[in-house]
Amino acid sequence: MTQTHRVGGGHIDRSQPVEFTFDGKKYQGFSGDTVASALIANGVKLVGRSFKYHRPRGIFSAGSDEPNALMTIGEGARATPNTRATIAELYEGMTVQSQNRFPSLNFDVMAVNDLLAPFLSAGFYYKTFMWPASFWEKLYEPIIRRAAGLGALSGEPDPDQYDKGFLHCDVLVIGAGSAGLMTALVAGRAGLRVILADEDFQMGGRLLSELEQINGDTALAWTMQITAELSSMPNVRLMGRTTVYGVFDHGIYGAVTRNTDHLAVKTKKPRETLWRIYAKRSVLASGATERSIALSNNDRPGVMLASAVRTYANRFGALCGKRVVVVSNNSDGLRTANILKASGAEVSAVIDTRLSENSFDIRGRKAVRAIRFSDGRKVDADCIAISGGWNPNIQLTCHKRGRPLWRDDIAAFVPSKDALTADMDVAGAANGSFSTHQCLQEGAQAGARAVQALGKNAAAIDLPQADDAPFEITPFWEMKGCKGSAWVDPQNDVTAKDIKLAAQEGFKSVELLKRYTTLGMATDQGKASNVLGLAILADHLSQTIPETGTTISRPPYTPVSISAFAGASRFEHFRPVRKTPSHNWAQGQGAVFVSAGLWQRAQYFPRPGETHWRQTVDREVVATRSSVGICDVTTLGKIDIQGPDAGAFLNRIYVNAFAKLVVGKCRYGLMLREDGFAMDDGTVARFSDTHFVMTTTTANAVSVYRHLEFCRQCLWPNMDVKLISVTDQWAQYAIAGPNARKLLQKIVDKEHDVSNEAFSYMACGEITVCGGIRARLFRLSFSGELAYELGVPARYGDSLIKALMSVGEEFNAVPYGTEALGVMRIEKGHAAGNELNGQTTAKHLGMGRMLAKKKDFIGKTLSEREGLNAEDGLYLVGFKPVSRADTQTDALASGAHLIGQGKSDTAENSEGYLSSVAYSPSLKSYIGLGFLKRGQERIGQEIRAVDLLRGTDVLVTVCSAHFIDPKGERLRV
Amino acid sequence: MIIVHPLLGPRDAQEFTYLGDASLIHRPDPKADDAAENFYEYLYQRDNLAGEHRELWFHEQGDRSWLVIKRNTLTHDILSVELASDVARREGRSK
Amino acid sequence: MRHSAFQIFKQALRGHAGWKPIWRSPDPKPHYDYIIVGGGGHGLATAYYLAKKYQGVNIAVLEKNWLGCGNVARNTTIIRSNYLLDGNEPFYEHSMKLWEGLEQELNYNAMISQRGIINLFHTDPQRDASVRRGNAMCLNGADAVLLSQEELRKKCPFLNFDNARFPILGGLWQPRAGTARHDAVAWGYARGADQHGVDIIQNCEVTGFLISGGICTGVETTRGQIRAKKIGVAVAGSSSRVMAKAGMRLPIESHVLQAFVSEGLKPIIPGVITFGAGHFYVSQSNKGGLVFGGDIDGYNTYAQRGNLPVVEDVCEGGVALMPMIGRARLLRMWGGCVDMSMDGSPIIDKTHIEGLYFNGGWCYGGFKATPASGVAFAHLLATNTPHGTAKAYRFDRFSRGFLIDEKGVGAQPNLH
Repeated sequence: MTQTHRVGGGHIDRSQPVEFTFDGKKYQGFSGDTVASALIANGVKLVGRSFKYHRPRGIFSAGSDEPNALMTIGEGARATPNTRATIAELYEGMTVQSQNRFPSLNFDVMAVNDLLAPFLSAGFYYKTFMWPASFWEKLYEPIIRRAAGLGALSGEPDPDQYDKGFLHCDVLVIGAGSAGLMTALVAGRAGLRVILADEDFQMGGRLLSELEQINGDTALAWTMQITAELSSMPNVRLMGRTTVYGVFDHGIYGAVTRNTDHLAVKTKKPRETLWRIYAKRSVLASGATERSIALSNNDRPGVMLASAVRTYANRFGALCGKRVVVVSNNSDGLRTANILKASGAEVSAVIDTRLSENSFDIRGRKAVRAIRFSDGRKVDADCIAISGGWNPNIQLTCHKRGRPLWRDDIAAFVPSKDALTADMDVAGAANGSFSTHQCLQEGAQAGARAVQALGKNAAAIDLPQADDAPFEITPFWEMKGCKGSAWVDPQNDVTAKDIKLAAQEGFKSVELLKRYTTLGMATDQGKASNVLGLAILADHLSQTIPETGTTISRPPYTPVSISAFAGASRFEHFRPVRKTPSHNWAQGQGAVFVSAGLWQRAQYFPRPGETHWRQTVDREVVATRSSVGICDVTTLGKIDIQGPDAGAFLNRIYVNAFAKLVVGKCRYGLMLREDGFAMDDGTVARFSDTHFVMTTTTANAVSVYRHLEFCRQCLWPNMDVKLISVTDQWAQYAIAGPNARKLLQKIVDKEHDVSNEAFSYMACGEITVCGGIRARLFRLSFSGELAYELGVPARYGDSLIKALMSVGEEFNAVPYGTEALGVMRIEKGHAAGNELNGQTTAKHLGMGRMLAKKKDFIGKTLSEREGLNAEDGLYLVGFKPVSRADTQTDALASGAHLIGQGKSDTAENSEGYLSSVAYSPSLKSYIGLGFLKRGQERIGQEIRAVDLLRGTDVLVTVCSAHFIDPKGERLRV
Repeated sequence: MIIVHPLLGPRDAQEFTYLGDASLIHRPDPKADDAAENFYEYLYQRDNLAGEHRELWFHEQGDRSWLVIKRNTLTHDILSVELASDVARREGRSK
Repeated sequence: MRHSAFQIFKQALRGHAGWKPIWRSPDPKPHYDYIIVGGGGHGLATAYYLAKKYQGVNIAVLEKNWLGCGNVARNTTIIRSNYLLDGNEPFYEHSMKLWEGLEQELNYNAMISQRGIINLFHTDPQRDASVRRGNAMCLNGADAVLLSQEELRKKCPFLNFDNARFPILGGLWQPRAGTARHDAVAWGYARGADQHGVDIIQNCEVTGFLISGGICTGVETTRGQIRAKKIGVAVAGSSSRVMAKAGMRLPIESHVLQAFVSEGLKPIIPGVITFGAGHFYVSQSNKGGLVFGGDIDGYNTYAQRGNLPVVEDVCEGGVALMPMIGRARLLRMWGGCVDMSMDGSPIIDKTHIEGLYFNGGWCYGGFKATPASGVAFAHLLATNTPHGTAKAYRFDRFSRGFLIDEKGVGAQPNLH
């Protein structure tokens, strides 16, 4: 097909023809076309189907407000649904598909809905589909869901890259039409840092679409000249294809730039860039959007906004129709007629609703054929160009919940003074000033105001000469007395009748109307429909528009890819990875890693021949308990605490006493939240009178540090104590097992005596290892064996683990991971994350006796509340299966609930739950820790551990949580 | 949001962690006869004002200062930013 | 007028001229037996159940704005009963059962759609917590299924299993959970209450409470004084502001929860899915939009709008979990003002002022509670005793230490 509707003129590049396909059929356009302008040039009328009735739809607008011409563009994983043809730039080989039709655009079986339209009135679905109840999910809803929706996602991961950026400027100018260009020019010449952003791929706004003169030359020539001057200014950044989509607090604006969608060959460049723009001031020069009039069958393909018809003719050299009827309620009607005539179209009628009272109907189904007046006269037409007036694009002034102001003289909402925060200004058509002269003038004035507000001087500027014809409008919203339905929201299929029916049923507030009818909730977010719908409601209720109200828009101004918001944070890069200094070494040992927050920790170290993780973990435990094992514990939080008041400070943080801890010793500590529940546990080592080092759990390292700073800065600001997190500064390894000391002695420098006598259980000291490397040694044990934790500055971590393993060879030392660590701590009955879950108290954890009586500490007062001390509370105890014959059937499940024998499985009978379970290779049995009602009094009783999810029911004996070496003798040898 | 840190100048609020009402500075006297009631009021009850609200923010990804910020909860306008330790001292907290 | 397919047919033939307002717009009377302050989901449900069970009583619902224009109009429509703690699970399961018969009872299609919810877990401790919770659900008569990674791959092949930062280990599935058309819930209750004689009075703001001698006998409103024997306040989001007029402070902070919807898409996501390694949950509406959200912004606010860090955080979670949604576009974002309570659980209780009752603190989860909250609050108002499923939702639990802290994060509302 040739370009039957292409005429002369426009800003397209005719030297560069571009081939593309629409629904599989080949077409040709030119570089500089949008998909919409190319389809129009090819005489294509039918481009889509509506949401509810599947009515045939054509291109309606020429901008980002397009409700009808939504396409799926691209192929495979790059197919992007719901792309507006009116802003999609044409490129060679582009694949364009229509949407929401089956089997084809031309023949859509769902169009039967259109015949049923009388029954599918506003909100009909709230009144039916209720019988029988089970049919909703099975029958009605699947049909509705399949019929609904617009385009389809490919189902494949988005293959493109996305980026985020941060920009700072003095003035952000939103929109590069006549007003925005002037603002940027004035501000730019005054030396301000200016960002000028426009959603279009060409700067100029409406000037690109009208045949106007500025300073005696074409508007395009003036636009090019100003754009060139702005481009030459180092302090001005021009951002095309960039939508400022939202306004946020304190001068932060969200913007998105589309970098590659217009390119035939996708490069590695990010497809889109999401910007956070920090602007001292902004000027909204976003122009205005034309609106339609509710006419009978005004949704037929070929019914378009008059301004769009002019755009296609003037900017793209494409004729929307060869016989056009112009319908207008304002002074723009004649302008459209004149341009069409100049472009070679026949204007078969100009209907000015201010003069004519004849009602008419639009004929044609898949394309407009004619209009027929109520008196029977018929005028042939293939395009109806409608102008119902202009709506200033004030959306961004509403993002901080500002309400706009209605102006009767232009029959439109404009930004109210209240809606504009002190740092936002508005100019031109966005402010309801429609002539080019007014736009240029207001743009210059807004620029000067910005310059002045930022303390600079604006040079006087000669205002360019331009058209200043007044805009005259007599509101005309709906043509009454017609038979067919008049569409208000074409995408969501909301008609004038629907609005009246909703009001009749009591949905008289705009908010209720919107929700009941879905008016304004389509992808154009009401740009095509909100004001018209509101006016029809007001008219129906015999109220003024201000009395009827308005909904205020929410971000984004136009839809933004979810990928753009996600940026590079996807797949493995969703969150940063923290690795310990010996990560690479562990990797070399074949470790399997597990995430612990952002940390990667070695979970276990499988050896050749081991086919199941349990084999590996059992081996690691047995090897550690029988000789020696080494575990990377670098991820534990480490906080350095110094100052004369450090001891007193810790005394208030922990439930137990710390002030009198002797230098060279460690102590286990439990801290509560102020509400009396356990917050975290760990150890504190005292290196001098004024120097302590605290460890926290890996999970709570950040929150504990924050809490300590809160106490220090907010509660006790005069305490002489300072804190710093040193988690990342120290690599730390647990060396555990009967041979731990022997191994250690091989690397500790000779001058440091680590014998049992010199360095007893819970000792700590600053030593050197491997010939002078500074180190900290703590005689602590999580495993229950003779054990040490050895810390070295992080940069030596990798060397240290290698040294330890090397000297450990003679003891068959093994590295062990978090799984073996977990097994050994359960065997010892130590609480960890599953027990310190924020719902347990010191008492519940069996540490009630640690609570100091004589001193105050965080959480003390509220820990005394009745609810935290109930006798029938859940207490931490141990559990062993009664039968140990078969380890498969006595496998305990963490999360199983504890229910008495002979009792039914109901919530009333649940007496607690298992929090942590493990297979103990030492005891050759599953064991578990858990919380049981009055648990401490029930040692020796039997109870069922029931996991209804996995269908297990295991009889267990309640026992002490300390399964191994309950007296702690191994620790002290 | 942007928080103008008294030491570091304007910073994106994303660098901060929010705690809540600045009254949390005033931890009650645990020795008072009505300490239990006071701690309950202190920890659980809130004015939750619509309008000017004094609140605690922690510069977690910065200098680790706790700040007291006066901010309007209807508009998000920030009216003042101070170091919490200064505020605490001024309001009688010591050691 | 009873709703049915036949009725629609009949009305269509008459050009829909016969439909009447689905609720009246009466002027307030000087005196009622009960006043419910707040014409949102909970207030309307309370009025409905009160009027239905205790016929012959005079009830008014006073709404400052238009009915159903608060959080019932701006949530993410999820209904579920997948709670852990004894204080919560029976209540939410009661709500779930009420949802299951609601449309027939109200003769209003609220599009209750039990397409299930899956809470994904990514670590062993998360799996342990899911198992404990799933068992608590089953023991309370709810439904819960533990899904392995393989089962999940079959159900949701579009999740990122293979190159994820936090691998998906499995999920806790509640098949009976799902979504409901949130606005229709408010309208259905309003219509039902109206049919039982409840006066729904819109654009009537309560400006004060008439309290003397420790007894509340009515309210001052923008439409004059209205007296009542009992006054129940159900204004979550504005609880502190309203109760301050009665001189009360609450264990509640107001926060903004943002929500998002994409452009319409053909069906691709079966039910509700929540990410366990980031702040993201999603379902797909009957119109095809992906309805999703994440964490609250975290600072006190009444502004009903949020900021970019959370927007980006939510979308990062979404694309990390299901990379296919990246090319869909975010169409609209909005913020709702939520009552974040000090333990993450609600309050349905008498106040220390006789005749004044309170319902609030719903955090970000009030929508699913609407039916049970209505039943429980109606029961409390009528009998002065808490409903069996809501016995834990008392004011004094904070001072006595009987907290209902599902997350175990303590008295910090923005962490719940």
